[in-house]
Amino acid sequence: MNELWAAIAAVAVGGYALKASGYFIPQRVLERPRVTRIALLTPVALLAALTAVQVFGDGERLVLDARAAGLAYAVVALLLRAPFLVVVVGAAAVAALVRLIAG
Amino acid sequence: MTDEHRSVRTQSWGVGVAVGAYGLGFGALAVANGFSVAQAMVLSIFVFTGASQFALVGVVGAGGAAASGAVAALALGSRNAFYGLRLAPLLKVRGWRRLSAAQLTIDESTAVAISQPTGQLARTGFWTTGIAVFICWNVATVAGALAVDQVSDPKVIGLDAAVGAAFLALLWPQLSTAVTRAVAAAAATLALVLTPLLPPGIPVLAAAAVALVVAWPEPPHHVTQQPRSPDVSHE
Repeated sequence: MNELWAAIAAVAVGGYALKASGYFIPQRVLERPRVTRIALLTPVALLAALTAVQVFGDGERLVLDARAAGLAYAVVALLLRAPFLVVVVGAAAVAALVRLIAG
Repeated sequence: MTDEHRSVRTQSWGVGVAVGAYGLGFGALAVANGFSVAQAMVLSIFVFTGASQFALVGVVGAGGAAASGAVAALALGSRNAFYGLRLAPLLKVRGWRRLSAAQLTIDESTAVAISQPTGQLARTGFWTTGIAVFICWNVATVAGALAVDQVSDPKVIGLDAAVGAAFLALLWPQLSTAVTRAVAAAAATLALVLTPLLPPGIPVLAAAAVALVVAWPEPPHHVTQQPRSPDVSHE
C-alpha cells in the first residue's frame, strides 16, 4: 500500500520534472539527433512490451486465455479505425463472453 | 474574441471531451488493477499524462513491483520534455505561468498549439486544450474509478483484457513506419521471452533496450528524425 503511494509520488514528481525540463533545459541538450531518436522509439518499445505482457503474462508464466481473444478483437477494431472506448470496452466484452462460454 | 479564436476554443474543447473517454478507461482500469479511487484521482491530477498513468497501473496490475511501474511510467513521460522544448518559444511564458504551462504540456495541448497559424492562436489553443483536457480527464477518472469500485470481480467483465487493448490503442498511431513496427515487434517478443525468467515488471523495462539499440547508432547520410508529432486523438 505504502509502496504504491511512493511509486505514485515518484511518478508525479519525476513526470512534472520531465514536463518542466523542456522549458528550462538549454535547447541544444534535447535537440541532439540521438536523443530525439531515443525519445521517438522508447514509447513504441514500452507500449508494445506492455501490450504483450498484459495479454499473455500471468506473473512469471505465459498463458493463452480469454485475454488473447480480447486482443484479437482490438486489432480488428483498430484496423477499422474504431474510437478508443469501442476498442477497450469491446475487448473486455469479448474476453468476458469467451469466459462465459468456456465456463 | 475573433472568429479564429472561437474556432480554436471549439476545437480545444472537442479534444478535451474526446480525451475524457480515455480518462473513463483509466479510472476503471486503475481500480480493476488494485488501486484505490483516491490513488486513481491523485494520478490523474498530479501525473496528468495518460500513457504514463496506464503504464504504472498495468505493471502493478500484472504483479510487477511498484518501482518497475514507476520507471516505465517515467520513460513514457520523457516525450513531454520534447513538447516543452517545442512550446517554449511559441508560448513565451515567464515566471509562475511557466510552472502551470509545464503541467499542461501533454500530447493534445502540444498538437493543438503547434498546428495554429499564429503565435496568438497557438497560445489560445495550448491553454484552452490543456485546461479542457485537465477537467475532462479528471472528471472521467473519478467516474470510471467509482463505477468499477462497485464490481466485485473485474475479471468477470473482462477488464483484465481491456488493459492490453488500451496499450495497443495507445501504440497504434505510432506504428506508421517500418522502423517503429520492427521495434514494437522486437520489444513485444523480448518481453514475452523474458517473462518466465525475470520478476514481473522487469521484462517490460528490459524491452525498452530495443529502442536504445536501434536509436543509438548515428544513421548514414545525416538523416535526422524529428520527435514524432503528437497525435490529437491519443494521449
